Amino acid sequence: MGAAHYWRDLWRYRELFLFLAWRDILVRYKQTAIGIAWSVIRPLLTMLVFTVVFGKLAKLPSNGIPYPVMVYTALLPWQFFANALSEGSNSLVDNANLLTKVYFPRMIVPASSILVNLVDFAISCVILAGIMIWYGFTPDGHAILFPLFFLLALLASFGVSLWFCALNVRYRDFRYVVPFLVQFGLFVSPVGFSSAIVPEQWRVLYYLNPMVGVIDGFRWALLGPAFKINGAGLFVSALLVFAVLIGGIVFFRRMERSFADLV
Amino acid sequence: MSTSISVHNLGKKYLLQHRTGQGQPTLRETLTEGMRSIGRRLTGGEHTGAPEEFWALRDVSFEVQQGERLGIIGRNGAGKSTLLKILSRITEPSTGSVQLRGRVASLLEVGTGFHPELTGRENIYLNGAILGMSRAELKKKFDEIVAFAEIERFLDTPVKRYSSGMYVRLAFAVAAHLEPEILVVDEVLAVGDAQFQEKCLGKMQEISARQQRTILFVSHNIQALAQLCDRGVVLDRGEVRLTGPMDQAIECYLDSSVGAGPDAVRPDADCWPSRVTILGSNGGAVRIGDPVEVVVEVCSRRGMSTQIGIEVIDQLGHNLFWLYPQREYLQLKPNCPVKLTCRVDALNLYPGSYSIGVWLGQGGRIEEYFWDRNCLRFDVLHNHEVDYFYNFNPQSTKVYQPFSYSIG
Repeated sequence: MGAAHYWRDLWRYRELFLFLAWRDILVRYKQTAIGIAWSVIRPLLTMLVFTVVFGKLAKLPSNGIPYPVMVYTALLPWQFFANALSEGSNSLVDNANLLTKVYFPRMIVPASSILVNLVDFAISCVILAGIMIWYGFTPDGHAILFPLFFLLALLASFGVSLWFCALNVRYRDFRYVVPFLVQFGLFVSPVGFSSAIVPEQWRVLYYLNPMVGVIDGFRWALLGPAFKINGAGLFVSALLVFAVLIGGIVFFRRMERSFADLV
Repeated sequence: MSTSISVHNLGKKYLLQHRTGQGQPTLRETLTEGMRSIGRRLTGGEHTGAPEEFWALRDVSFEVQQGERLGIIGRNGAGKSTLLKILSRITEPSTGSVQLRGRVASLLEVGTGFHPELTGRENIYLNGAILGMSRAELKKKFDEIVAFAEIERFLDTPVKRYSSGMYVRLAFAVAAHLEPEILVVDEVLAVGDAQFQEKCLGKMQEISARQQRTILFVSHNIQALAQLCDRGVVLDRGEVRLTGPMDQAIECYLDSSVGAGPDAVRPDADCWPSRVTILGSNGGAVRIGDPVEVVVEVCSRRGMSTQIGIEVIDQLGHNLFWLYPQREYLQLKPNCPVKLTCRVDALNLYPGSYSIGVWLGQGGRIEEYFWDRNCLRFDVLHNHEVDYFYNFNPQSTKVYQPFSYSIG
C-alpha cells in the first residue's frame, strides 16, 4: 500500500478520529464521579508540594515570580505530556477489539487519545489564569508565542506516544516501563524548579531532554523576561522533538502491518 | 459487469512460537534471549527453538464480479476468518495480492466498538463511524436505523442495560445501513433470533440486488448461505477446494469430511475433538432403529474443563437433535485425550446422509471453545427389521418414531 494512499485514508477517517476522542471524553466524565475534579486536584496538589519542598524548604530561586505561579506554568505542559504518554502508550492495546475487527489507519488511535487530554489541558489553563489573578500577575506580549510552544508540547507527546504504543503491542511488559519513565521525567525536567539553577556549561546539554525546551518556552512566553530562554538549547530540544516524531511515524508505520496479528 | 474483488495466490503465514510462556514475547524475554544468543555465538553453541511455520491460507485465488454474493464455507480452522481479515485490510497477506474495487465495509463481529456506558443513540454514531459511515450519512439514516432495530424507547438508555437481543438488533441495524461497494460479513447472524436473521438476510439481498453491491458472506448456516449467495468458495485447511455455484459448494462442503478420522491439531482452538466416530451394532454400519454409539475424543492445549455437545444435522444444515450431557464437565489435560461415549438405544433417523457436529464450551454459550457442525459425515442404512416407510421422500422425512400397533 502506497504512502500517499495511507495519508489520504488518514484524512478520510478524520471523523472516526474525532468520534474516538468524543467517546473517551464522554466515558471518562460519565464513569468517574470526580472526573473533572480529579484533573483539577492532581496538578494543584503537585504544585503545593513542589512549592513547599523546592521553594520554602530548599529555597530555590524563582526569579521574582511567585513560586506557585512558576511551578504551575511548568506543570501545564508537563501534565499534558505525562497523561498523553500514559494513555497514548496503552491506547492500541485498549482498543484491541477494534484493531482486530475493522480497518482504519491505526495512527488515529494514539492521536485521538492525545486529543482527549486537551480537555484536561484546557481546564488546567483556566486554573493557571485563576492562580495568576490571585497573585496579581499579568503576562506580557510574549504570551503571543504561547501557541508555538504548545504545538511543540503536542508534537513531543505524539512522537513519544507513537513509539510507546507500538512497543506496547510488541512487548507486553513495556507497560510497566512507562509509569517509571514518566515519574523519572518529572524530576529531571525543570518542573519544580527553574532551569536557571543548572550550571551554565551544562545548560545546552540539559535541553537534550525535549521537555526542557517546552517547559522553558512556556515560562518564557507566560512569565516574561524573568525567564530567559537559551536559544541554542531551544533549537536542540525542537530538533529532538522532530527527530522523535519522524522516527516514531516511520517505526509505527513499519509495526502497523502486524498489529492485528500481535495485539 | 466488472470485477469487484480479485485475489491472486494469497497466502498467510503465522509463526507458532514454541515457548514455555503464553502469548506475546515480553521485553524481558527478548532481552535475555538476545544476551543468550550472543553467549551462544561466542561459545559456538547451537540454536534452539526455531519457530514453526503455519500456513492459515495458501495459494488462494478467486474473482468476484460486481453485484455478486459470494459465500465462503469451510470447517473451523479452514482459513475463512483469516481470508476475511485480509480482504478487510485488517491484516496483511504474506504472499500474493488482493485487488478491491470500491469501499469495503466489514462486519466481522456484531457491535464492534460498542461501549456499554454509552447510550443507544451515542453508540449508533460511534459504531457507524467505526464502520466507515460519515456523520452526514448517519444523520440521514438515523431514524431508519432506529426503526430497523426496534429500540425507539430505549434510545437514551446505556446499552449495558439492553437485553442481548436488543443489543444485537441495534448493532446489526447500524451495519445493515452501510452502503459500501463491498460488504464483508462473518458469522454475525448466528446470534440473533430467527425472525431477525430473516430480516437481515432480506436486507442484504435487497442491498445487493438493487444497488449492485458485492457481498462476501461467511456462515455455518447452510440455509442462509443457500438463500443469499449465488456462488461459493469452499476452503479446506487454507486451500480452495472448489469455486462454483452455491449448491455445488454446499454439497462439496458436506462431503469434505466423510469418515473424518483423527484430525490435525487445530492451531486456533484451545481444545478440539481429535476423533469422532459413530458405531452401529452391526459391524460399524449404522442402520435405522439400531442402537448406536457416538464416540468423541477431546484434546486440549492446556488444562481446562469444558462441556460437550454433539449434534446431528441433516444435509440442509438443520439440527435434528443434540446429545448434551448437561451436568458433565470434561477435565482436560494437555496432550491427554478424554473419550466420551454416548449410547443411543434406537437411532431415530431415516436412511440418508447426516453430519455430526461437536460443540465445546461452557453451558449457555458463555464461552465457546470449539464448534464445527461438520466433524463427521455418516450414512444411515436401511433395516428391514423395523417398520418404516422405506420408499419415502428422503428430502422430507428425517425422523423415525418407533411404535407398536394392534388391529381390531
